[in-house]
Amino acid sequence: MKIDELLSKPSEWVRSDSPNSKIVMTSRVRLARNLRNVPFPGWAKKPDRQRALDLMRPVVEALPEMASCFSDSLDNLAALDKQMLVERHLISREHAAKNAGSGIVINDKETICVMINEEDHLRMQAIKSGLQLKSVFKTIDKVDTELEEQLDFAFSPRLGYLTACPTNVGTGMRASAMVHLPAMVLSDQINQVVQAVNKLGLAVRGLYGEGTEALGNFFQVSNQTTLGEREADVIERLNKVILQIIEHEENARCTLLEKKPRLVYDQVGRSYGILSQAHTISSKESLNLLSLMRMGVDLELLPAATRTIVDELFIAVQPAHVQRIAERKLTAEERDSSRAELIRQRLQDVPRPNNPPPIGSTELA
Amino acid sequence: MTCDICKKNEATVHLTQIIDSKMLKIDLCEVCSKSKGLQEANGFSLADLQVGLGAAEEITGNASTKCSVCGFTQADFKKTGRLGCSACWETFEQGLGGLLKAMHKSDRHVGKVPSKAAHTLVITERIKQLTGDLEQAIQSEKYENAAQLRDQIRELESQLKVTPVKST
Ligand SMILES: [Zn+2]
Ligand SMILES: [Zn+2]
Repeated sequence: MKIDELLSKPSEWVRSDSPNSKIVMTSRVRLARNLRNVPFPGWAKKPDRQRALDLMRPVVEALPEMASCFSDSLDNLAALDKQMLVERHLISREHAAKNAGSGIVINDKETICVMINEEDHLRMQAIKSGLQLKSVFKTIDKVDTELEEQLDFAFSPRLGYLTACPTNVGTGMRASAMVHLPAMVLSDQINQVVQAVNKLGLAVRGLYGEGTEALGNFFQVSNQTTLGEREADVIERLNKVILQIIEHEENARCTLLEKKPRLVYDQVGRSYGILSQAHTISSKESLNLLSLMRMGVDLELLPAATRTIVDELFIAVQPAHVQRIAERKLTAEERDSSRAELIRQRLQDVPRPNNPPPIGSTELA
Repeated sequence: MTCDICKKNEATVHLTQIIDSKMLKIDLCEVCSKSKGLQEANGFSLADLQVGLGAAEEITGNASTKCSVCGFTQADFKKTGRLGCSACWETFEQGLGGLLKAMHKSDRHVGKVPSKAAHTLVITERIKQLTGDLEQAIQSEKYENAAQLRDQIRELESQLKVTPVKST
């Protein structure tokens, strides 16, 4: 499969018919594995790294899960294509910066993705839409078991899977869910939640944006430790916490609708207004407004079918994706106008959001 | 306040994370927070960063120790916060103990065991048992029995050599 084929369609995991997909965008589990007694990618000399890649890539490609896949060495990929893979959360920015000696194998649905010679020899990841951590773990665990038949993984009975960084040793597993929490942000409850989740040994970070800022109200919640706890227990613990976060977000939405309906209708209406009429818009503004529109769909202010359009736009408005449509490198200014055009086009058939109930009917009640 | 990484610029990004009731704190300048990918969804954790900083000093032991497989030294770990190869884990295991305990729930793996390693574990366990039996057989002067046991142990030991999985 060619990179163009892969990148010309939206990822399979952008779907809205999965469990809890209103608030949980995706579930991911990644495993880090290394070859025994072969220098880790960051320490290996170039020929060693190339040899390790040549050894591992055919084995990964031969997996039944990869029957139809895209596979290449990173030096064969254009910078823009690499950036698109980053924007789709398929590879890390660190991996995108690599060239010869590192590789990538992705199945056609973009639900399984293996980075070769990132920080570890193998970083394999499975992705599904909605809250499906257990099933995602099962998928990637199977891939790992199949690979282990062919590859000699570094493992110590005492320390588990041996990784380049001590933060990953043991299970080598990072499980995460990407959650959309606009109501908690609007009602200033997000910091409390972040602190509570941190206390449970889980990490929360903004998905887009710099530092602790969370553009589009997206947060990634993940386990922080990998040694001393079974994979299934980590998944279970994370799953429970995510379910609680969903409940908090739902409550926050109800409360907002009840106490401040005008604020909610105003935010959703303005987002729709700007996105459907803008002629130049930054990716930052787009993400934040799309987030509010997405909440509008959840609250039935907008038709349910709008969700897929909005979810695809979260990815499509990012810089490399915008440039791909234009088929050339664009200046920042050109990007902003191309982006606005794309959004206007996609929202063409989306009707205006519902109006709130007449004044007095709820607020004064 | 100066940046924890470059120790030069003024720190403007202040982050804390609480992991198992231990608080990790880090202060960074704009440049370093960007270069460390703090704005990224993938791969940011304070623990990761700290390993590359102060935490590396927690690796105790002989500074001249060198990994026999890849030539990695403690000084290299201090620079990168990453090890050189899987054999480094054995070379530096003692020195890493404190760091692992601070970072994780415990310093012992309880998760998945690859089937090859499981095989090794079973054989190692079996050898231990047979060695016990062998000693008993010798003590009670059952030499024929002892010879059989010794052959069985040798057979198992040769199996271990064809599926070499590191055991610590
Ligand atoms: Zn700095
Ligand atoms: Zn080594």
